[in-house]
Amino acid sequence: MKTRYSFGGDEHIFVECDEEMSLQAFFKGLSITNGVRDSRIKGVTEICPANASFQIKFNPDEIAPDDLLAELKRIEETASKSVASLKTRIIEIPVLYNDPWTHETLMRFRERHQDPSSTDIEYAARINDLGTVDNFIKAHSGAPWFVSMVGFVAGLPFLYQMAERAKQIEVPKYLRPRTDTPKLTVGHGGCFGCIYSVRGAGGYQMFGVTPMPIYDPTQTISYLKDFMVLFRPGDIVKWKPIDREEYDQTVAAVEAGKFQPRIRDVSFALDEFEKDIDGYNRKLQEALYGH
Amino acid sequence: MAIKVHSPGLSTTVQDLGRPGYYHIGIPLSGAMDREALRSANLLVGNDENAAGLEVVFMGPELEFTAPATVAVTGGEIPPKLNGEPRDTWTSFVVKAGDVLSFDFLKAGARAYIAVSGGIDVPVVLGSRSTYTLGALGGHQGRKLAAGDELPVGSASKSGAAGRKLPVLLRRMPGSPATLRMLPGLYWHRITEEAGKHFLADTWKVAPEADRIGYRFRGGQKLAFVDRKPPFGAGSDPSNIVDACYPYGSIQVPGGTEPIVLHRDAVSGGGYFMVGTVISADMDLIGQLQPHMPAKFVAVDMTAALKARKDQDALAASVRAALA
Repeated sequence: MKTRYSFGGDEHIFVECDEEMSLQAFFKGLSITNGVRDSRIKGVTEICPANASFQIKFNPDEIAPDDLLAELKRIEETASKSVASLKTRIIEIPVLYNDPWTHETLMRFRERHQDPSSTDIEYAARINDLGTVDNFIKAHSGAPWFVSMVGFVAGLPFLYQMAERAKQIEVPKYLRPRTDTPKLTVGHGGCFGCIYSVRGAGGYQMFGVTPMPIYDPTQTISYLKDFMVLFRPGDIVKWKPIDREEYDQTVAAVEAGKFQPRIRDVSFALDEFEKDIDGYNRKLQEALYGH
Repeated sequence: MAIKVHSPGLSTTVQDLGRPGYYHIGIPLSGAMDREALRSANLLVGNDENAAGLEVVFMGPELEFTAPATVAVTGGEIPPKLNGEPRDTWTSFVVKAGDVLSFDFLKAGARAYIAVSGGIDVPVVLGSRSTYTLGALGGHQGRKLAAGDELPVGSASKSGAAGRKLPVLLRRMPGSPATLRMLPGLYWHRITEEAGKHFLADTWKVAPEADRIGYRFRGGQKLAFVDRKPPFGAGSDPSNIVDACYPYGSIQVPGGTEPIVLHRDAVSGGGYFMVGTVISADMDLIGQLQPHMPAKFVAVDMTAALKARKDQDALAASVRAALA
C-alpha cells in the first residue's frame, strides 16, 4: 500500500492511500485525516475522507502548497502507527427489493445496460454466481456494510460489504449513466453499495428502495432535525428486507413523524474483524437487535 | 421590499459566494459560477461583495420591484431593459416601485448577475443563501425561480448611487478559443504520453450538457489508456477508479471521450479518473462559456497557477478600488 500525493489545482491536495479498495486503505486515510484535523494546520479549509483516498482543500494564500504537502507526509508517518478502530453506530435500513419505482426506471434505461433482457438484480445475481434473486437478496442483506465515504451528492453513503473479498458482490456500472434514479434507491457499482439520497443521474445498478429518508434539507423529519445528513464515514449499515406492506407503513410513519430508525452505538476494530469476519458480524447484529 | 417574478428566464437562481465547509458530506460550495462578476455587481449597488444576487443563464427573467432600489447587471452580455428602455450593463441604475426589469437576447458570455441594493434576503442555510438545486437546498425554496415567486430584498445599509460604472478593463471574459489553464495530475498517469499531448493540443467545444455541476467538452481525440489490471473495487472500464473525491475544477474523462470540468455545484466524488484540475483563477471563465464555444486546455505548473491566482486577486482589488 503506497501513498500517492497529487495537487488538484492550487486549492486541493489529493491523497490516494491505495489504488484498490480495502478497509486497511480506508483506515489509513481516516487516521491521516484525523491527524490533519487535530493538527489545526493554518490554511486547511476542508477535509474530505473517501474510500481508499482523501482530499484536503486549502487556501494557498495562507499556506504554501509544498509546505502543506510536507506537513501531510509528516502526519502520515505518525498516523501509520495508530490502531485501526473507531467508536461508531450500526443503523438498520429497511429495503423493499425489486420495487416498482426502480423497476420502471431501469426499464426506461434498458438500452444503457449490459444485459437489456434482464433486470439489474437478475443480472447481478447471475454474474455473482448466486443463481436466484432470492439468494442475491440473502447475500446482499446478510452481512453488514461499512460507510467508507459520504458524497457524490448530499449525504449519499458509499457502502463497503463486510465480507471476505471472494464473497463481496461486484457489478459494473451502467454502460452509460442514466439521467434519472428514484430517490432512496439502493444501488451498487464496482464493489460499492449506495443509497441515492436525492433523485438524479446515476450509473449504479438498482436493486431496491428504502422508505427511510437519509437527507432532509428542510430538517423536518424527526431524526434529521439536528442535522440534515444521516450518515458519516465509519457508520455501519444493516439492510432489512421488507415487503410492500411494511414499506407503505414506514413511509406513513416517517410522514407522521413517528418513525425512529434503529440505531445502536458500537465500536469497530479492524484486526478483530479480520480475524473472524462472520463471528464479528454476528456480534454487531446482536448489538443492533439485543437489549 | 420584494421582487415579483413575472417570468423566470431559463434557469435563474439565487447565489452568493457560496457555502464552504460541507463538501465532505457531498454538499458543494455552490455560489456564483462567475464570482468576480457577482462581486462587481454587488459593489456597484453598494452591497457587501458576498450579498446574494440572481444568476441568470442564457435568457433573462422579467422582474417587478415593489419598492425603490439600486440595481446592476454584470457578467455575460444579456442587455437589461427597464420598462422596455435599454440600460447599460456593468452600470448601476435606479428602479422605482412598479418598475419592470426585462432582458434582451444574449450577446456574449453565458451568465449575467443581477444585484439589488440590500441583497436577495432568502434564509441563510448552512451559512449561505446560494441555491443548490440538486440537493433542494438554499436559495428560494431550494430551486430555480418560477413565475409567481416573490423574493424578499434586504434593507440597504448604504444606498449605491446610480450611474456608477465598472471600467471595461476590469471586466474579465473568456477569449475565443477560451484558454483554460490546468495543472496536470491526479490520474494523469493513466493516459499514454501521446494521449496527453492530444488532450492539450486539441481544440475542444463546449457540449450542450454544461451546467452548474460541470461543463462537458467534446470534439477532441479519444484518450488512450495505459494498460493495467483493474484495481479491486474500481470497475472494469479503464477510466474507472475506486470512487474518490473530486476537486472543484477537476477534469474527468469518462471512457476517455468527453472531458467534464466540475464547477460550483460539483458532485463531490465518484469513480472516474481525472487528468488534472483547472486552476482557481480560471474557474470564473468557464461560467461564461456557451455551448459550441471552442476551448483549449493549457498545462501550467504550480508556480504559474499561484501567479494567476495573485493576478485574479489584484483584479478584485482594482474593482474594489474603482467602486469604493
